[in-house]
Amino acid sequence: MANVISDETIEYVGILAKLELSEEEKEQAKKDMGSMLDYIDKLNELDTSRVEPMSHVFPVHNVFREDVVVNGDTREKILANAPKEKDGSFVVPKTVE
Amino acid sequence: MAKQYETVIGLEVHVELATKTKIFCSCSTEFGGAPNTHTCPVCTGMPGSLPVLNKQVVEYAIAVGLATNCSITQYCKFDRKNYFYPDNPQNYQISQLYLPICRNGGVEIETESGGKKIVGIHEIHMEEDAGKLIHDEWEDASLVDFNRSGVPLIEIVSEPDMRSADEVIAYLEKLRMIIQYLGASDCKLQEGSMRADVNLSIREVGAEAFGTRTEMKNLNSFKAIARAIEGEKERQIDLLEAGKAVVQETRRWDDNKETSYAMRSKEDAQDYRYFPEPDLVPIIISDEWIEEIRSRQPELRTEKLERYKAEYDIPQYDAEIITSHKKLADIFEATVALGKKPKEVSNWLMVETMRLLKEHDMEPSDLTFAPENLAKLIGLIEAGAINRTTAKEVFEKVFAENVDPEIYVEENGLKIEADDGALKGIIEGIVAANPQSVADYKAGKKKAIGFLVGQTMKAMKGKADPGTVNKMLTEILNS
Amino acid sequence: MDLMQLTAVELGKKIKNKEVTVKECVEAALAQMDAVEGQIHSFVTIDREGALKKAEEVQAKIDAGELTGPLAGVPVAIKDNMCTEGLLTTCSSKILYNFVPTYTSEAVLNLEKAGAVIIGKTNMDEFAMGSTTETSAFGPTKNPWNTDHVPGGSSGGSCTAVAAEEVPYALGSDTGGSIRQPSSFCGVVGIKPTYGTVSRYGLIAYGSSLDQIGPVAKDVTDCATILEAIASYDPKDSTSVQREEYDFTSALVDDVKGLRIGIPRDYFGEGLDEEVKAAVLGAAKVLEEKGAIVEEFDLSLVEYAIPAYYVIASAEASSNLARFDGVKYGYRTEEYEGLHNMYKKSRSEGFGLEVKRRIMLGSFVLSSGYYDAYYLKALRTKALIKQAFDKAFEKYDVILGPAAPTTAPKLGDSLSDPIKMYLGDIYTISVNLAGLPGLSMPCGIDSKGLPIGVQMIGDCFKEKNIIRAAYAFEQTRTYQRPAMAEKGAE
Repeated sequence: MANVISDETIEYVGILAKLELSEEEKEQAKKDMGSMLDYIDKLNELDTSRVEPMSHVFPVHNVFREDVVVNGDTREKILANAPKEKDGSFVVPKTVE
Repeated sequence: MAKQYETVIGLEVHVELATKTKIFCSCSTEFGGAPNTHTCPVCTGMPGSLPVLNKQVVEYAIAVGLATNCSITQYCKFDRKNYFYPDNPQNYQISQLYLPICRNGGVEIETESGGKKIVGIHEIHMEEDAGKLIHDEWEDASLVDFNRSGVPLIEIVSEPDMRSADEVIAYLEKLRMIIQYLGASDCKLQEGSMRADVNLSIREVGAEAFGTRTEMKNLNSFKAIARAIEGEKERQIDLLEAGKAVVQETRRWDDNKETSYAMRSKEDAQDYRYFPEPDLVPIIISDEWIEEIRSRQPELRTEKLERYKAEYDIPQYDAEIITSHKKLADIFEATVALGKKPKEVSNWLMVETMRLLKEHDMEPSDLTFAPENLAKLIGLIEAGAINRTTAKEVFEKVFAENVDPEIYVEENGLKIEADDGALKGIIEGIVAANPQSVADYKAGKKKAIGFLVGQTMKAMKGKADPGTVNKMLTEILNS
Repeated sequence: MDLMQLTAVELGKKIKNKEVTVKECVEAALAQMDAVEGQIHSFVTIDREGALKKAEEVQAKIDAGELTGPLAGVPVAIKDNMCTEGLLTTCSSKILYNFVPTYTSEAVLNLEKAGAVIIGKTNMDEFAMGSTTETSAFGPTKNPWNTDHVPGGSSGGSCTAVAAEEVPYALGSDTGGSIRQPSSFCGVVGIKPTYGTVSRYGLIAYGSSLDQIGPVAKDVTDCATILEAIASYDPKDSTSVQREEYDFTSALVDDVKGLRIGIPRDYFGEGLDEEVKAAVLGAAKVLEEKGAIVEEFDLSLVEYAIPAYYVIASAEASSNLARFDGVKYGYRTEEYEGLHNMYKKSRSEGFGLEVKRRIMLGSFVLSSGYYDAYYLKALRTKALIKQAFDKAFEKYDVILGPAAPTTAPKLGDSLSDPIKMYLGDIYTISVNLAGLPGLSMPCGIDSKGLPIGVQMIGDCFKEKNIIRAAYAFEQTRTYQRPAMAEKGAE
């Protein structure tokens, strides 16, 4: 296995993705990521120097909307699935500024 | 010999654009409103929602770019900036990293210490604002309001060309003036429609390399910015003098304590993993579109100032004040167009209007009175219907409630008594009642007439023209 | 139930001719569900009450002459990653276990406008990540042909519901083959349209640049009819394409004379099951006998499609799924200390293993230092793959090949070796990368009694070519149903 994923990498990725893995899960994740990256390394066989990265598959451009207020007050709907709400706002643990 | 240090400052200025709707959805951008009443699935990150770009945002961004001498990136895209925070409903912000809409511009500033210089603009890009977090006093929690989420922003990133707080303030004032003139934003620091983050580093005078910089946030007024700059400069110099290194970090300025502290970053890897936004398509800005926006651009401040001096024959000082805000300039031109003398109009704007704005802690963009009413007021003075003292009182009403001065004067009986005969009678009475003042005047104390004028005005309940009273009194006393 | 053995279009005709009421159709569907759901578990949610109520409303509108389309009154199942107002929408994930949307996806709205009666939400791989419907947080779906086997994925529930005749048709979504592969494993017809044809508004995103919604049904006529109903230009979706024509049913013509069909040699190498190979090549032969011009060619780049896809899809998914954080909707962990702890616990407890794997991979390939080497490299590969297809479509109208290298694997066989599972997507994945339309339909049964599917790929915006080829091929066959569908019939 050419790609050896370290504990630090898994921790780092966990912070980026807000995922917390158990010790076992971490071991498995290291193996999985390693083999997935090995497989992805196959792309290095390909000479892609003469082509630009393509994000959008069709040349569609300039899709716009006019600056007209259409939406009204839909607060009830927006809060309908809130795990915790108070006075029309979503409640989260205190954010430290 | 103490080392000489130079402060190197760059600014990231966020400006809330004055569009009616948000950048990616048709919710209102109106300020205020109960929490979450200007929201929809798009700006609250509901599953399955998709963004659609507000064309007006692009137009404002291009307009600001042109007015700041930037080149417009004619093929530009949006990118996602990924980070977790509750005010960010999708936990990514749609912004532009790789292809910002404007690049390589600059604005000219002038300061007493530094003279004239150009502050370079590295780039301007479009992005969406985040929601607001309010701390709950009762619980150990925060409340999230997404009304502001999705409000369109442009971020103006300067080159690290500034060297002092003065230059920073001059730059911000210049940007503000330009953007206000374009109508793209009202740029109010206190309301948050303009926000500045300061990037500051120091280096020894003569050094070529830049020092490590820190970023400072939470600067809510020009004074706070100036204080923060001084504070951070000192802090960094102290560190270097003590042999320590400056840590690259984001610091939050506390203006009450006049100090900054590093923002916690343990849980935030600061790796934003930017990648092109797949839900939005690229923007192609044609030459024609740019020209069209350029042609719609209103006359900017510098040109207006020169034109006012030439066309209206008003002095530099007056022109500077009236053109300092487009609203003032607009009122000026409209009132003059109604046939009023430029100098008279400009006096009313420079003196009374500015005084009242300051008194009520308002900005020119808050002015609501119609030029027609200012014109009418001036007309009443010109016709001798009211004197200047009365006019000032009436103007306060015009300023506050946009009253029609003619109607107001009529309803409140403020007109000068036009009957000279009655006035003469009153004056004769005052003269008779105040022999000491008359004697003083006749003895050579010309100023004693002032008291007699005052008494007359009192007796007339202000409805007389002091100039006419003075003239009449003088005649009577000298006869 | 005879009724459930009909296609959607046939059922629609009977309703129109007043031979049967909408209510009777819904009841027939519910009865079949009662009979077989216990064995296959196609559904996450069955909306008995809602469907019966809707049946009344739709019947009234049909009687009043307000609903006249071919699908009016016909019950449908919707994959559980499409938002349906008032009806639980979970993406088969614990993290959305209680999410009831207050809006409906555009594609489903289009169906409702056409008079469809939504009867339930189908099971899927969690957040559409998987090829077997085994990663569902609510238990796997089983293949009605043999319940020891998977139905394929991620639109497993939609395909089994159709194959087992619980509903005449369903909507699925396809990001790397998620309609076409399970359709081939279950012996039904599925279409992934050209990217941008069906609005993605309301489809809970997995790979934004790859996702498309499409129909699953028992025959090509149904699929073309459904596609016509759901395809539309939607200003709420910036990637929505204004098509020139939406009349897909005009391609339902049994005539392939002169149609140029290309068969990529690279699709028929190692790893392809012999029986699948034979059945697929057999299908090509049939079309050749009907006048099509069939030729082998080299497509190239086939083996690079999978790594490119996984980089791009994981990257987009890692960002698309960031919104599931316990703040605004969905699962929030019960005990937590502070904000970041709440995020981590809610997400770690709410997401399943495969989803976590892909989020982590996606975060990694986008992270500082790796973006160029992985993400940009994958986007360049995507450009090359598109070029290869563009070149092929200069010579051919249809590219024909297998939908999957095997028939349905056994339950439990795939998840332990993710790479092997990913390799199963080899024929379908590049179609999503290039934004092309693809169709899968039955072309045989293997010696284990499991269906084999053939895939037809068209040039972008050329659904009509593949619909025509598929329709012509279909005329030479009879539809075969699993025993469960026969058994369930009284």
